[in-house]
Amino acid sequence: MLPEPFHHIIFVMKTRWLAIILLFCMLIAQSSCAGHASPSAEKSTHLGTIENKGSDTIVNLALAWAEEYQTIHPEVHLSVTGGGSGTGIAALINGTVDIANASRQIKEEERESALANGTEPVEFIIARDAIAVIVHLDNPVDYLTLEQISDIYSGKISNWLEVGGEDRPIVRLSRETNSGTHVYFLEEVIRLGEKENTTLFSRDTLLLPSSEGISAEIRQNPNAIGYDGLGYVTEEMKVIGVATAPGGDYIFPSQATVNSGEYPIARDLYMYTNGQPEGMIADYLAWILSPDAQSIVTELGFVPIKQ
Amino acid sequence: MKVQARKQPFLKEFTITTLIKIAGYSAILFVVMIFLFLLLEGLPALRQVALDSLLSDRWYPVEDHFGILPLLGGSLLITLGATLIAVPFGIGTAVFLSEIAPRWLREILKPLVEVLGGLPSVVLGFLGMLVLSPYLRVLLDLPTGLSALAGAVLLGGIAIPTVVSVAEDALDAVPKSYRDASLAMGATEWQTIWRVTLPAASSGVLTAIMLGVGRAIGETMTVMMVTGNAPVLPRGLRDFLSPARTMTATIAAEMGEVANGSTHYHVLFLIGILLFLISLVVNVIASAVVFRQKKRQDRILS
Repeated sequence: MLPEPFHHIIFVMKTRWLAIILLFCMLIAQSSCAGHASPSAEKSTHLGTIENKGSDTIVNLALAWAEEYQTIHPEVHLSVTGGGSGTGIAALINGTVDIANASRQIKEEERESALANGTEPVEFIIARDAIAVIVHLDNPVDYLTLEQISDIYSGKISNWLEVGGEDRPIVRLSRETNSGTHVYFLEEVIRLGEKENTTLFSRDTLLLPSSEGISAEIRQNPNAIGYDGLGYVTEEMKVIGVATAPGGDYIFPSQATVNSGEYPIARDLYMYTNGQPEGMIADYLAWILSPDAQSIVTELGFVPIKQ
Repeated sequence: MKVQARKQPFLKEFTITTLIKIAGYSAILFVVMIFLFLLLEGLPALRQVALDSLLSDRWYPVEDHFGILPLLGGSLLITLGATLIAVPFGIGTAVFLSEIAPRWLREILKPLVEVLGGLPSVVLGFLGMLVLSPYLRVLLDLPTGLSALAGAVLLGGIAIPTVVSVAEDALDAVPKSYRDASLAMGATEWQTIWRVTLPAASSGVLTAIMLGVGRAIGETMTVMMVTGNAPVLPRGLRDFLSPARTMTATIAAEMGEVANGSTHYHVLFLIGILLFLISLVVNVIASAVVFRQKKRQDRILS
């Protein structure tokens, strides 16, 4: 046995070695990361992989399409991620994806910064979507006019009593501001589609990071009102019938009412590519617009574009 | 032979000490570089956005409303709440573990507390979203349970293991002779803990609190899931019961969306600078207090 102080020295040396090994591991990990990052930034079109990113509204649809397409064309690899329309478009601008999914049209400043970056976004309408206004199952309110919904979200109406419900405070739920659904709802519902209208969401609107966050709150809170794509509505929540004007017909969202143009809160869904697509990206987009792919749209609760 | 034998350990020693020195200095280098990067990306915001707009009470970046006060207020409110929960529970647990609990219980409890500290925050957030916030809504008759209070309770829970672990180590380091002396003079166990052991370990306990505060203010995922993220400027303690939005959640939710180099992008980095400065101030205060106490102790001992 070594005398007492030597134990201490051995311990110190051991920890030193540990520190050195850790340091080397870090260096190696870092250099391998750096080596990896540069080619992946440059790949984009050729390697047989299509990078597809953006709107959370579209992500399930894009995934279903990708799975189906890969069974038909096993040589093409599709990678689909969500994150929000703004995220997808930002990625397209930075050149890290081939196709950006968006539930809103590209903004003018996004187009400008894309052009400044040497990318030219080209737009494709790939499906349509209805936005359902949803409440708790126990909420007695069945119908609202667009103007009432606007007044609720802008903060003018704060109690369910004012729209024919119980005496309860209204809790407004919304997606985060990076969601295309949020922007669409602001422009078409809260501002009623009027260009010079500058009404904003009421300050105390809850901004939830996911569709799941909204449905979890709607399921258990009878004070809450929310909105989300028709594809996300389940039987555990109640869909509100919407009228464009007071006294008008109250319409529930469905494929039929969206295609006939009766349901007022419906929008187009988009994919954006960098420049006119070529090769396998062009093939993929052509397939998406085919009847085969559009039948998947129906299965997922969205509305196919008219052929 | 002899020369070689002497030289080799020297070379070894030299390489090792150099490497360790580099590792040590690199920490300083990294912090400085991160801060420079933040400044570079964040300061342009001060030129692009007027100061009275930054200090307004409306955060809605989609329409160029960049008031950061609601976010600062939300972060401070929730951190305050978390501290009020974590400090008594954390220090209470530490005192129990180190002074009162029998050895076998301590052997079980301490690892359990550490497991609690290792829980991924997104799991806690899920729990908060599906269990805690509905419960709070019914219990307190709130419009919604997604509130600053829910965030504070969960963050308190996240900070407790940090506080317990550091405070317990500090209490453990108090020499047994202090307690023996106190008990020998007729003090009760509680008097010994409150008047002797805790004050003797005060600098370590304070470090524990500061580390807990730092853990709470930097936490992101949990608060994003349970606080409702409504950017309302808190005006009093009543706002614990309404939704709030923190700086960390704002950066996490919006950084993915912004176009590189836009005003919104720079403002998010400005918020990052603010967070950095806050944790810096917390750390500086902590070490200043510890330093002062050490000096006082030295005076007493000499």
